[in-house]
Amino acid sequence: MMLDCGLSVHTALNFLPLPLVPSSRLLNLPSWMPRESEGSQLEGELKECCSRIFVDSAPEFCPPLDKIVDYSELDVILISNYTSMLALPFITERTGFKGVVYATEPTLQIGRLYLEELVEYIEQTPKRNQAKYWKEVLHLLPSPLCDSFKPRSWKQLYTLSDVQASLSRIKVVGYDEKRDVYGALNVTAVSSGYCLGSSNWIISSDYEKVAYVSGSSTLTTHPRPMDQNVLKNCNVLILTGLTQTPTVNPDTMLGELCMAVAATLKANGSVLIPCYPSGVVYDLFECLSSHLDSSSLSSIPMYFISPVADMSLGYSNILAEWLSNTKQNKVYLPEEPFPHAYLVKTGRLMHYKRIYSDGFSTDFRQPCVVFCGHPSLRFGDAVHFIELWGSNPLHTVIFTEPDFPYLDALAPFQPLAMKAVHCPIDTSLNFTQANKLIRELKPSTLVVPNAYTQAPSAHPHRSDLVIDQESRYVISVQRGEVVSLAVKRHTAKVDLCPILADKVSGCEVRPGVNLATITAGLLVKDNQHNIKEWADEGPSGKRKKLTRPEDCLRQLKYEWGNLDIDQFVQKLNQEGIKDAKVERSNTGFIIHLEEDTLIQVDDKSTHIYCEAADRQLRLKLRNILMQCLNSF
Amino acid sequence: MTEIKVIPLGAGQDVGRSCILLQMGGKNVMLDCGMHMGYNDDRRFPDFSFIAAEGPVTSFIDCVIISHFHLDHCGALPYLTEIVGYSGPIYMTHPTKAIAPILLEDMRKITVEKKGEANFFTSQMIKDCMKKVTAVTLHQSLMVDGQLEIKAYYAGHVLGAAMFRISVGSQSVVYTGDYNMTPDRHLGAAWIDKCRPDVLITESTYATTIRDSKRCRERDFLKKVVECIDRGGKVLIPVFALGRAQELCILLDSHWERMNLKVPIFFAVGLTEKANNYYKMFITWTNQNVKKTFVQRNMFDFKHIKPFDKKYEENPGAMVVFAPPGMLHAGLSLHLFKKWAPYENNMVIMPGFCVVGTVGHKILNGAKQIEFENRQVVDVKMSVEYMSFSAHADAKGIMQLIQYCEPKNVLLVHGEAEKMEFLREKIKQEFKLECYMPANGETCSIVTPYRISVDVSLPLLKSENVKHNALPPNPKRPRVIHGVLVMKETALCLMDVDEACKEAGINRHIIRFTSTVRLEDPSPPSKTAEKLLKLFQEKLQGWSVVLTDGSISVESVLVKIEGGEDEQKNVYVSWTNQDEELGSYILDILQNMGHVAS
Repeated sequence: MMLDCGLSVHTALNFLPLPLVPSSRLLNLPSWMPRESEGSQLEGELKECCSRIFVDSAPEFCPPLDKIVDYSELDVILISNYTSMLALPFITERTGFKGVVYATEPTLQIGRLYLEELVEYIEQTPKRNQAKYWKEVLHLLPSPLCDSFKPRSWKQLYTLSDVQASLSRIKVVGYDEKRDVYGALNVTAVSSGYCLGSSNWIISSDYEKVAYVSGSSTLTTHPRPMDQNVLKNCNVLILTGLTQTPTVNPDTMLGELCMAVAATLKANGSVLIPCYPSGVVYDLFECLSSHLDSSSLSSIPMYFISPVADMSLGYSNILAEWLSNTKQNKVYLPEEPFPHAYLVKTGRLMHYKRIYSDGFSTDFRQPCVVFCGHPSLRFGDAVHFIELWGSNPLHTVIFTEPDFPYLDALAPFQPLAMKAVHCPIDTSLNFTQANKLIRELKPSTLVVPNAYTQAPSAHPHRSDLVIDQESRYVISVQRGEVVSLAVKRHTAKVDLCPILADKVSGCEVRPGVNLATITAGLLVKDNQHNIKEWADEGPSGKRKKLTRPEDCLRQLKYEWGNLDIDQFVQKLNQEGIKDAKVERSNTGFIIHLEEDTLIQVDDKSTHIYCEAADRQLRLKLRNILMQCLNSF
Repeated sequence: MTEIKVIPLGAGQDVGRSCILLQMGGKNVMLDCGMHMGYNDDRRFPDFSFIAAEGPVTSFIDCVIISHFHLDHCGALPYLTEIVGYSGPIYMTHPTKAIAPILLEDMRKITVEKKGEANFFTSQMIKDCMKKVTAVTLHQSLMVDGQLEIKAYYAGHVLGAAMFRISVGSQSVVYTGDYNMTPDRHLGAAWIDKCRPDVLITESTYATTIRDSKRCRERDFLKKVVECIDRGGKVLIPVFALGRAQELCILLDSHWERMNLKVPIFFAVGLTEKANNYYKMFITWTNQNVKKTFVQRNMFDFKHIKPFDKKYEENPGAMVVFAPPGMLHAGLSLHLFKKWAPYENNMVIMPGFCVVGTVGHKILNGAKQIEFENRQVVDVKMSVEYMSFSAHADAKGIMQLIQYCEPKNVLLVHGEAEKMEFLREKIKQEFKLECYMPANGETCSIVTPYRISVDVSLPLLKSENVKHNALPPNPKRPRVIHGVLVMKETALCLMDVDEACKEAGINRHIIRFTSTVRLEDPSPPSKTAEKLLKLFQEKLQGWSVVLTDGSISVESVLVKIEGGEDEQKNVYVSWTNQDEELGSYILDILQNMGHVAS
């Protein structure tokens, strides 16, 4: 079972941006060669901009570590939300993958938009060369290139057909829908409150429960609130996807963003907000438009440019069942749940597939607010706006997506006159919220990424920015590490057939405790066990012929308790065995009978030694002994 | 054995006023709470006094489930909550929750304002009632309380229509509401997994019909409409504002577009636009096709269909008008019918089922004159057509659903008695299932086997697996499992004997026997052992005979050979009481051979 398959897009930051129109500035950047290098193969692969080195090539991405698992042996992939499935085509296509992928409907639909947008961005600006020699001389390169993690495993992006094929493997689930995994497990998606359709997963067997919590939010934004109740009291809680900006408050950031936008617009400048095609951007439309209204800037146009802008706006308004209560109640009127539908209708918000789409150039007027991708500023139409506005100090670029360090994103565009404002809005759980959540959920074992167990490197003294490890068993995990979760299964639930149950007669060994020995047929189908009566194979006929091993079990009883030696000897007497001589031993008694027959009695056992020829005597002893012992 | 009881308060051998009481595992569930359109008196509501003659119903009913927004399934809900006083949980899907209050309000207006009836529920009551509703999503497992669980499946009958699986412990019932097994222009087909309920309560409106192909019916419908407008006639299509209306609008709109027709199509105002908005917003509940294309072109933005205005009814010449309600029992459709019925150029197309007592039902049965309450008599000269567009499963569809979910019993509701009878025989024959069709007020008790769930300790389950060399299990052939069932109060757990003793806090007492046999064999003891091993393996087919450290073991039986190089060997055979049969058998073998043949 694989939990999520996110793609590390950070690696793209090491590459030069892909502009829509050839940029002479980028083309004229000086080449860079390490001093010690002699090979000419490296020629042209590296460019320098403001003393940062970039790879001049189609960008590459870092898929999940392979070779640790064989993807063809995966049975199930569980997806938490649309931001953590970008590596899906790398996992499911051409790897022999035969399993099932589970995700909610919005995760599938919006995830499709994310994947398609990414592919379109890369494909609309094809790059001929694919640099690879720089990876051989990593040690000669300056930071941060030399710190790249396994650059040889980086891959160029998949194609649109890979995306289609991969998404067709997704089986859609609803919140709280129990999905059976080969009869052995149940998996259930529960609302995580982070984005449309985002989910945490409960993986359970009859008695064990593992919760996978990733990308959750307890803030009130547009998605359905997080369902915490179902996560309580699990054996293992796997917690990840905490905020990437633990030191800032998203509400404050939203306020600062509104102020910065208004200030720029008032000064006659325009605003660029690099964004993803769904998610927080919906909240930005809503908050920003009302802020502009109250700042008497209602006439300022907002542009939303993405190859999937129309789909994103459309889908968001038909997913009412996945929204917060306030938004959900609107469809009962019936009104669109998101105000951006109204903003589009009234022309405040205009959306285009690309900057060269029909109508954009005629509609475009400044000052304005432009929302477009990609937040890494390496591809997508945002590159164009940075190039266009970069030299003008009136304009502002505002970073809201927390996935990329904004200075790194801006590095290849330096020197820049345009203002850059950093207002990261990450609604995921912060450490205080996460610690509170853990206290309430009371998991037996907590599993967290290693990074959460120590203060972030940027804030080494902030001991509040870690996960509490007191009073519970915590396992921290690192990339590439194999850990064993502390879940031990003890029992499984099995159906007992009523006919058999009627025949079971228990033997009370202690008040309220009954034991009954059972020999029955066990049927296993789809990992579900059923106990039925053990069918007779007909009378075995001749004596002397031994019955099947299974049939021997049928009449079995087990003896228990101590043997009352006096009672035993008395019974022996009654049955005509008079010459028993009882002798104490270290551990119990030894009873001598005629000839070589000897009975050794201990607390928990009785051993009868007897010549093979004395069969009758042996059976008699056995009978008497069994009368003196309890059995079940 | 345990019982499941089903009591129809409505829809028992009857169409209309669906309301079924289900008793299972100590829980009482009301399935739908509908109203009968054919009655104007007390009979239109289910007889709730049946549930609890005087006392409060809330303590008796654990939850109410509404399958879809049609009034014959939800029309009595405000009556139940606001007048009878039920205050427990109510479940329905999101679209049903959105649309039901509109239809309820519409009906209330017709009943109270047009017919002047008092003593009916008010607008405020509808609003208060809807506040008590919990909306559910498809496939969500919802726990009503600790034991009662419900789950909704797509039913395809109208927007938001759902089938429900209700389960308590190991017992379960599926209630279909109304459903449709063939996808249409805007909805998908009903679907359910193989959930093997104890009882399937299915509607049986079209119990005896096998409908011809959808396309034929559509072609027929278009042909009739076009013929009528060609002769300058007016076409009246009585519909409910939501549901079939949208499908027919899609059909006509695209035909008009294709054929470039100019004759106006009108849709009664008010509801229309709002109704279409609901379809736009709940597009996830429509079929794949509509869903896929909605961003480019929303199916529910019609090009040729205009809102109807009262003054158009006097316009000369051809037109097509969609008017509510669907059974010609009140409102605009009845009004237009009275006006247009006396002219033979005109046509009325009834696209759905009509309940007994409605004008729709009368004209479908060939009535040529209709008399109204105020003694007004209307001659019916217009042509009357019936097109079965109402999206119910036909006989084939019902059989298909039975095949999908594999119930143990079938119970028919929402249909006419004779037709049910026919279907019942068919189900009995084809599936060899018991099939019931209780009348209203009749209690139907269905006995179900009880299932007992026991815990099995994993070491025991796994040892069974190890014994069979981890061969995959054969679902048809059982393997033997042997253990001790520990019963502590209500907890049952099967485990290995030693585990069981530990769990019960007692000591096992092991009885062991050891007997000696003298053998004559000149070979060294190890050789003797090998010979015996071969012998045992031959005689004990099916047992595992192992030789370790010079001793042979079969289960708990241990055979040990002692003696030097000389002829005389002492063979010790030792076994536990549990292996008495095996032990004495092996002893017999040794005794009977006397000396080892070489």
